Amino acid sequence: MKLTRRAFIGTTAAASLSAPLVNAGGHGRPKVVVIGGGAGGATAARYIAKDSKGEIDVTLVEPSREYYTCFFSNLYLGGFRSMDSIGHSYGTLAAEYGINVVHDWAVGIDRGAKTVTLAGGSTMNYDRLILSPGIDFIDGSVPGWDVSSQNAMPHAYKAGSQTELLKRQIESMPQGGVYAMVAPPNPYRCPPGPYERVSMVAHLLKEINPTAKILIADPKPKFSKQGLFEEGWQKHYGGMIERIGPDFGGDNVSVDAGAMTVTIDGSVEKVDVCNVIPAMKAGRICEIAGITEGNWAPVSAHTMQSRIDENIHVLGDASAQGDMPKSGFSANSQAKVAAMAVRGALTGSKVFPAKFSNTCWSLVDTDDGIKVGATYKATDEKIAKVDGFVSKTGEDAALRKATYEESIGWYAGITSDMFG
Amino acid sequence: MKTLLSMAATILFGVYASTAVAGDPEKGAKVFKKCKACHAVGDGAKNKVGPQLNNIVGNAAGVVEGYKYSKALAAQADAGLIWDEAALSEFLKKPKAYMPGTKMSFSGLKKETDRDNLIAYLATFSDADTLAAAPADEREITLSDATLSIEGDVAYGEYLASDCQTCHQVSGASEGGVPAIVGWPRVEFVYAMHAYKQKVRPNPVMQMMAGGLGDEEIAALAAYFEGLE
Repeated sequence: MKLTRRAFIGTTAAASLSAPLVNAGGHGRPKVVVIGGGAGGATAARYIAKDSKGEIDVTLVEPSREYYTCFFSNLYLGGFRSMDSIGHSYGTLAAEYGINVVHDWAVGIDRGAKTVTLAGGSTMNYDRLILSPGIDFIDGSVPGWDVSSQNAMPHAYKAGSQTELLKRQIESMPQGGVYAMVAPPNPYRCPPGPYERVSMVAHLLKEINPTAKILIADPKPKFSKQGLFEEGWQKHYGGMIERIGPDFGGDNVSVDAGAMTVTIDGSVEKVDVCNVIPAMKAGRICEIAGITEGNWAPVSAHTMQSRIDENIHVLGDASAQGDMPKSGFSANSQAKVAAMAVRGALTGSKVFPAKFSNTCWSLVDTDDGIKVGATYKATDEKIAKVDGFVSKTGEDAALRKATYEESIGWYAGITSDMFG
Repeated sequence: MKTLLSMAATILFGVYASTAVAGDPEKGAKVFKKCKACHAVGDGAKNKVGPQLNNIVGNAAGVVEGYKYSKALAAQADAGLIWDEAALSEFLKKPKAYMPGTKMSFSGLKKETDRDNLIAYLATFSDADTLAAAPADEREITLSDATLSIEGDVAYGEYLASDCQTCHQVSGASEGGVPAIVGWPRVEFVYAMHAYKQKVRPNPVMQMMAGGLGDEEIAALAAYFEGLE
């Protein structure tokens, strides 16, 4: 019998189906390992798998089986979304895109051998590695707070149980009690996030505890969409919210989780809920990989490749890329550029010039949405802003409602772009 | 002798003439014979294979009660398609080219005068309010034939489209204030994007996204999204 090439391939395929363990890893397809299944990692994994049409073996490492998006978790606090509605699983990525989804922590990276070690003990090879681990907190950035106090003083800046805990604490506040937020210094995940959160907490308190107060200790002189938020706070929650900026000691804050006190510039405040959002750095795996400079991992704007190791791409919050804010939208946008670059490098597919975009919507109160956005291009130095917009103060109610409705559409869009 | 109907037609035609329709409704009535197998119009008209056509000219697309539209038309309707003279004329010229996925199996009316006459005839069954509310004959912006005739590169469009898919779902599903954009007739997509680019349409996100695109890129996106279902 004459064995044609086609028949030969067919036979091999059949054999590998019947004996997957024997052939696993041994069939010569280029391997991409993605660490982190959020807006950056899930999108990158999906686009590489989808567009390489099986030519690239994609593994996604993500500890959570159910992923709760940080974006829209403030809306859960405000009562506008259920926790279920911001939870997503990885079933479609595994079943429809053929991605090997591994629920484990990556704990080691050997850049010389190009391997990733998991907490469970196994080791995986990669040709390209994509790190999209999000953020971790800087120890000691808020004196008196560490991860062991996160139950007494939740950060709720990684969505899920922390968010539920914070909401429960707010609901349990005594009438006329105080919710305090220790806001983070720049740069941090989701620039409008703390202020949207304040809006959502105020919305909830206005319904259940209208004499309660909100106190923000903020190390930054100004913040994202400040004029819009302050206009909204005045309009919807007059007198409830007080913000102490660095001019009044908002940059000199410590906490005592046992006594439930916040000390601002030497003055001790007893509070009922204390939401501490510490200073942030790249997810720890970037440090372990040895690709950080300072707190973040510097990357090339053209491909999102690490400046330190060209076999590694870093996406989203963890990267130091230039002008883009650390947002889910940004990570999703960067993921598409990285996915294209990775496919180009591994399979020779066409690579188009990188372009990026971002928009951040925030909800101030019912049907009162605001937004800020920009487009970006890649330069040799950084991701550079091209054009942008921001909502205006004094917009009419119909436009604000339309902006909120647009954000709902965006949420549905980006989560289906991430999870399939 | 004039029947009541044709008198009403004359009056309405007077209104419609102000929006610059060139057709003759009486000649249009003859053209309509080609449509009759599937469409009824006039008093008591009911849906047949196609929807009944009272009040279609100048009205929002996809609003006839009890009619199940194709996905393609429903998506366009969601996106705000108005059956004004320009849109109807484009559609009637070659329905499947204008709207891939339409259920209407009709090869089209090649002659512009036939289309004008037919639309003028159908306009006699539209309410005066509907006609008055319809946008004038002209589109919101003017595009050159050179811009409109760019043959978009589908592969390039697919790449560019990844930017759109952060908000617009590739499945054609839509939620909240973000419309579905799959299956749109190319020409509608091109006009919409240029209208954002020229800041004639108000949404700042779309103005920004379209503002970063050249004519070739808009054509590429139009070609890509038209081919999706």
